[in-house]
Amino acid sequence: MPEISEIAAPFPGVFYRRANPDSAPLAEPGQVIAVGRVIALIEVMKMFHEVQSAVAGKITEFCAEDGDAVAMGQIIAKIERQS
Amino acid sequence: MTLTRVLIANRGEIASRIIRACQELGHETVAAFSEADRNARWVREADLAVCIGPPPAAKSYLNRKAVVQAALDCGATSVHPGYGFLAENEVFAQAVLDAGLIWIGPPPQCIGLMGDKSSALRVATGAGVPTLPRSGVLVSLDEALIEAEVLGYPLLLKANAGGGGRGIRPIVSPDALAVSFDQARAEVGAAFGDASLYLEKLLTGARHVEVQIICDSSGNSIHLYERDCSLQRRRQKVVEEAPSSFINAVTRAELAEAALRLAGVVDYISVGTVEFLVAQDQTFYFIEMNTRVQVEHGVTELVTGVDIVREQIRIAHGQPLSLQQNDVALRGAAIEVRVNAEDPEMSFMGSPGTITVFEAPLGPGIRVDSGFGSGDMVQPFYDSLVCKILAHDVDRKAVIRRLKMALTQTDIQGVTTNLSFLGKALKLSSFQEGSHHTQTLESEIASAG
Repeated sequence: MPEISEIAAPFPGVFYRRANPDSAPLAEPGQVIAVGRVIALIEVMKMFHEVQSAVAGKITEFCAEDGDAVAMGQIIAKIERQS
Repeated sequence: MTLTRVLIANRGEIASRIIRACQELGHETVAAFSEADRNARWVREADLAVCIGPPPAAKSYLNRKAVVQAALDCGATSVHPGYGFLAENEVFAQAVLDAGLIWIGPPPQCIGLMGDKSSALRVATGAGVPTLPRSGVLVSLDEALIEAEVLGYPLLLKANAGGGGRGIRPIVSPDALAVSFDQARAEVGAAFGDASLYLEKLLTGARHVEVQIICDSSGNSIHLYERDCSLQRRRQKVVEEAPSSFINAVTRAELAEAALRLAGVVDYISVGTVEFLVAQDQTFYFIEMNTRVQVEHGVTELVTGVDIVREQIRIAHGQPLSLQQNDVALRGAAIEVRVNAEDPEMSFMGSPGTITVFEAPLGPGIRVDSGFGSGDMVQPFYDSLVCKILAHDVDRKAVIRRLKMALTQTDIQGVTTNLSFLGKALKLSSFQEGSHHTQTLESEIASAG
């Protein structure tokens, strides 16, 4: 069984998968990423903070939509670990 | 007399400020709130309240249709936009009018002309109001070098598409321009899909001075003198005062005249602020106009005794200005600080949370404009302003002392605030002497840079 890691929002705020409304998503489901890869942004009081993956692996799912409000600790993505 | 019911399309301290003015005028108020602000202080203060959508501003406070529909559903007669959000949105202003409601702001075409920066600069040039010398759009380094020679260094290299300070570079010499030009083109092209650049004269040691104006629909226009907002961090105002201790009487009169001339050429109605940079030699340049009430309007209210928000609401409902220019006198000095939920020790990162203790300063000459009290939530979805602390006294020296004391008497717990940073700003010797300028805060307080 592959091990699934959950990425939690480090701050409360507004969740974004894109750096600009017109640009491509920072990461897509199915994509294989390395440790430290920026997968999303969270806007806290008009400042944008990067959310990095703490694990390497394949993104299986994003659990929040662009522009959603997220709470601190809320799961925003799932990653199938690869060592 | 028919009922006036004002929907407030905003939140926080300015929503409370507007509700107070409406209630003093005998108008009913409706708070339009997002789901995150359901239990907020200003929602409780309003006579009625209506939810306009989920917490992210794009889905609530910036949702034009939801706000107009809420106004119609609750029987509002008028809409006050506050500042930020939809306050300078021409399309929203027109939608409010098209719905048969009163828009408490300038005519939409004034927002269109003066709210857009490049349009406003054209209007200013046409009105004979000085703007910073700038080049046309530059397509090559050779062209840039020629234009730079004409303008004279130092200069700012800026993006024509603009926004958020992206691509802006200070340029001190032809060599520096040669190094920066292609880099800036690449960065700006990637960010905006438009690589065009222009050069603008860079003023060092300049002051930010802005003139408050009020114009009614009968053709009467007055100014309420100026505010000096030169203590800034990352182009955000931190400390604001009235009057400016820097400009002389001639400059004061010329700035006010220029501001009213600009308002006149666009047939401006409502309250507004015309912003200028003033150089060390007192020459001044128009930078932009804010077609709405400003955060720092309170310092002008303290030194003139004029209630700006009350005048704004009266004028929108067709009443004339309640005073003439000769009635406006300056009395003493006033200073405001913006208390934000942010951590100066952590790069000013926002600090949302629940305020557990809110002890506001009290005493003669102290005013606190707040949208929050003990037990209230500071949300992560919006700006970090918690309250404004203002002081008024006989002169600048006295008011600095009074405001410093007020800050030491302020206790806000539960969220991290910039109170200690504000205290440091007021204690800067350059600020106390009045020799500070727009770069002072970032150069003299290490953590602010």
